[in-house]
Amino acid sequence: MNNSELYNYTLRLADNALILGQRLSELCSKGPFLEEDLAQTNIALDYIGRAQSLYNYAAQLSGKPLSEDELAYRRAENNYYNVLLVEQPDEDFAHTIARQFFYSVADCLFYAELTKSKNETLASIAKKVIKESKYHLNHSSDWVKRLGGGTELSHEKMQNAVNALWMYTDELFEIDDIEHKLIKEGVAVNSSNHKSLWLAEVTEVFKEAGLSVPENNFMMTGGRSGNHSEHFGHLLSELQYLQRAYPDATW
Amino acid sequence: MNLLQEVTSDVFQDKIDQGEYIEPKDTMPEDYRKHLIRQMSQHAHSEVIGMQPEGNWITRAPSLRAKQILLAKIQDEGGHGLYLYSATETLGISRSEMIEQLHSGKAKYSSIFNYPALNWADIGAIGWLVDGAAIVNQVSLQRTSYGPYSRAMVRICKEESFHQRQGYEIMTRMMRGTKEQQQMAQDAMNRWWWPSLMMFGPHDNDSPNSNNAIKWKIKRESNDELRQKFIDKTIPQALLIGLTIPDEFYKLDEKTGHYTIGKINWDEFHNVIKGNGPCNKQRLKHHKKYHQEGAWVREAAEAYSKKQKSKLK
Repeated sequence: MNNSELYNYTLRLADNALILGQRLSELCSKGPFLEEDLAQTNIALDYIGRAQSLYNYAAQLSGKPLSEDELAYRRAENNYYNVLLVEQPDEDFAHTIARQFFYSVADCLFYAELTKSKNETLASIAKKVIKESKYHLNHSSDWVKRLGGGTELSHEKMQNAVNALWMYTDELFEIDDIEHKLIKEGVAVNSSNHKSLWLAEVTEVFKEAGLSVPENNFMMTGGRSGNHSEHFGHLLSELQYLQRAYPDATW
Repeated sequence: MNLLQEVTSDVFQDKIDQGEYIEPKDTMPEDYRKHLIRQMSQHAHSEVIGMQPEGNWITRAPSLRAKQILLAKIQDEGGHGLYLYSATETLGISRSEMIEQLHSGKAKYSSIFNYPALNWADIGAIGWLVDGAAIVNQVSLQRTSYGPYSRAMVRICKEESFHQRQGYEIMTRMMRGTKEQQQMAQDAMNRWWWPSLMMFGPHDNDSPNSNNAIKWKIKRESNDELRQKFIDKTIPQALLIGLTIPDEFYKLDEKTGHYTIGKINWDEFHNVIKGNGPCNKQRLKHHKKYHQEGAWVREAAEAYSKKQKSKLK
């Protein structure tokens, strides 16, 4: 098995978890009510824990004496490989929910599949993670229905958020040479197969919520190869502040 | 007081004197209820407002482990807030009324959260000193006379002692770290030490709310007794990891085994309570802002739930 591909693959998964966890942790003490505030930080905690397991494994694969924190905190902007969706800012609660819902539908499909990976470490991480992913999906799809079917205002906000984030959803199903190789080895998930399942699930929930599937078919891509949005540098500067400012310190 | 009120009050006081718990459906004097609502809602609000200074550092937490611990801790605090709001609701006030009172200034929260969290060691100091002081108070409140409050405290104390340990662990790590980390730790100590001593409230001679609270066994130990416990416990912990106590007059009284300290600056204490602390306006503004911004979400959830119910009919 070629470690550099597996390393990159694992890093992408870790980056998705870290960046979404970081976005959600920005929301602490800003929730619409206390229970929901706690739910969002709880989901953030799941993702940071997931990121830690994955960075830990990536560090082992790197062949260098790297720590999980060095991977999480000390890379340059264009060396992060998360999808663009997870770095999108929280314009309002509807955006938070739309981002989570789009991501969680794909995430559940992905990790359910990864539990069957021939790579034992990834499979065992997936087995733990899939339970959390299902909870995230339940939570976010309930909110899509509530906001979509709640008041006129909430419906409008939910539809706006869906429309705004729609263009970042295709990247969730992209695969490249790294994946092609690892799929052949039975290690990676072929997420390109998930697009139609994802669309079916999203359409189903939208139907119940009275929301329409956007007709805009333009899709943005780039995160997986290190091309990020302007928001991303700001997210990283907060994330990395202490590690960068005091490189000799241990925390 | 009419005859009926007198009888009720005697029965109530007998119960208290015999060490029985008062439960939500028991008859209780109006002043007892009011005192509890004031104290318990203040306690609940403190947990919730306390999420702000700590939340201020989640995105900048310096390691994945530290970020997870802080996220989990803040969730605990929010959970305590929920638990205390529910316990207070047993006294006949709703959470939304309590939040209105917080916003109008009628209800308070602990003044300690009007101080800013300025460097990462502040997260250590908040856990170690602020939660440490809170625990001393809350351990005592486990025996408070109102049943729901007492039970909430038992549960909350377990988690708070974990918070205090993690706070002390951060301070210890910083003191073992680089010179800059040690400076951050001492800086945090200097800023949080005196305010955490003020958390126990004025000296016993100057404490307006204490008399009835002691008689009704809402409060089981006096402000000064509790403060002394905290001082005796905390000074050796500070010295052990090499922190300096920011008080040139503190010393160990060999005869009593207790530490004595210099004068607390009560002018500062009263000033912060009046609204002039570094973050009073910021904390309340933040709470109001996100409460108002969340209104459409709460309305949507309510509207949706009504629609669902009418579908079931």
